[in-house]
Amino acid sequence: MVKYVLIIISMVLVNNYPLAQFLGICPFLGVSDKMENSIGMGIAVTFVMALATAVTWPIQQLLNRFGIGYLQTVAFILVIAALVQLCEMFMKKNMKSLYKALGIFLPLITTNCAVLGVCITNIDKNYNYAESIVNAVGAGLGFLFAMVIMAGVRTKLQDQSRIPESFRGVPIILITAAIMSLAFMGFSGMISV
Amino acid sequence: MEEKSKLQILTNGIIRENPVLVLVIGTCPTLATTTSVVNGFGMGISAMAVLICSNIAISALRKVIPDSVRIPCYITVIAGFVTIVQLLVKAFSPALDQSLGLYLPLIVVNCIILGRAEMFASKNTILDSALDGIGMGLGFTLTLVVMGSIREILGSGTWLGIPILSNFIPGMSIMTLVPGGFFVYAIVMAAVHKLTKDKSTIRNEFGCDGCAMQAECTPEMKAMEGKLEGEA
Repeated sequence: MVKYVLIIISMVLVNNYPLAQFLGICPFLGVSDKMENSIGMGIAVTFVMALATAVTWPIQQLLNRFGIGYLQTVAFILVIAALVQLCEMFMKKNMKSLYKALGIFLPLITTNCAVLGVCITNIDKNYNYAESIVNAVGAGLGFLFAMVIMAGVRTKLQDQSRIPESFRGVPIILITAAIMSLAFMGFSGMISV
Repeated sequence: MEEKSKLQILTNGIIRENPVLVLVIGTCPTLATTTSVVNGFGMGISAMAVLICSNIAISALRKVIPDSVRIPCYITVIAGFVTIVQLLVKAFSPALDQSLGLYLPLIVVNCIILGRAEMFASKNTILDSALDGIGMGLGFTLTLVVMGSIREILGSGTWLGIPILSNFIPGMSIMTLVPGGFFVYAIVMAAVHKLTKDKSTIRNEFGCDGCAMQAECTPEMKAMEGKLEGEA
């Protein structure tokens, strides 16, 4: 049990995906302009990560069984793409309110490198099935956490700051991210799982 | 779209539509692999090889692939080439494979490649698509090398392993760490903003141009917003 808690803390704070590992930067920079968007995207990513790991982990065992482990990339990305599509169709039909909140983020998630990244990391680290899923949930929560902080900072940035002209738009967001990741470096070495 | 000359297609990706600095796509590998020049160059070349091959293949198949399932088809083609590149790098340059690690298979979700497939290769001839792949790949590689140079010179005082600053001052290792990556990216982008201000091709805000999922996502998003407003 302790191990699972440690994995979650490590993924949220120490190995935070956008701020310490450079995974999922595109949505981290692109969708974090409003608080609702950040939360929606964060939850959608957490959900897809857990689901994708739950499906890809057994697939890797199957690939290994037949000695075709090198097909990992092809198999995983296809499974994730199909899964996201299926998820969207299912939500549209049966869970209208959830679809309204998260649906628009789903097509973007297929090309989010954090999702494929977490699936491959789980295999590389030799996690068992339960650990893999906990790791995926932790990675998703870490992403959500970073997105929410970023959205908070960006709301302030838009209102009241005078930014030099060349830095308007994307560069100032990157500077913000640099300072945030500097803060997150304080956690490094705290836990090693 | 107006007719473009072959040279324009080739140079388009290097400056005017530089994928990293102007379109702001493919940010993850840009930040993660530019800790040194060699890594940045290796990543750039690997992505370029995949980009050229997938552009050619998708352009050749553009009349065969049905429109409704095109994205999964593109992803399959790209994943195939990524696997080839991955195995080649593993075989011929194990050191590079070690340092790129996870980011090598992640080329498959690099928005630059899917984006070019969707926006260029699926509409143009094989030759034009190959040229576009070369141009975009060069733009990507060049940016990675520039960022890698800045981070390596400031961070460890060397360039391509040759000592430059390390004889005079100790390296600022923060530059090779995560915050340095974001910081250098911001500075390079701001410099490009400053230099190209008159031509003003740079986008100040994130939009949907350049994103591979544009066609899938934008109409749905608009429909969704309309529906929400209608209910409110």
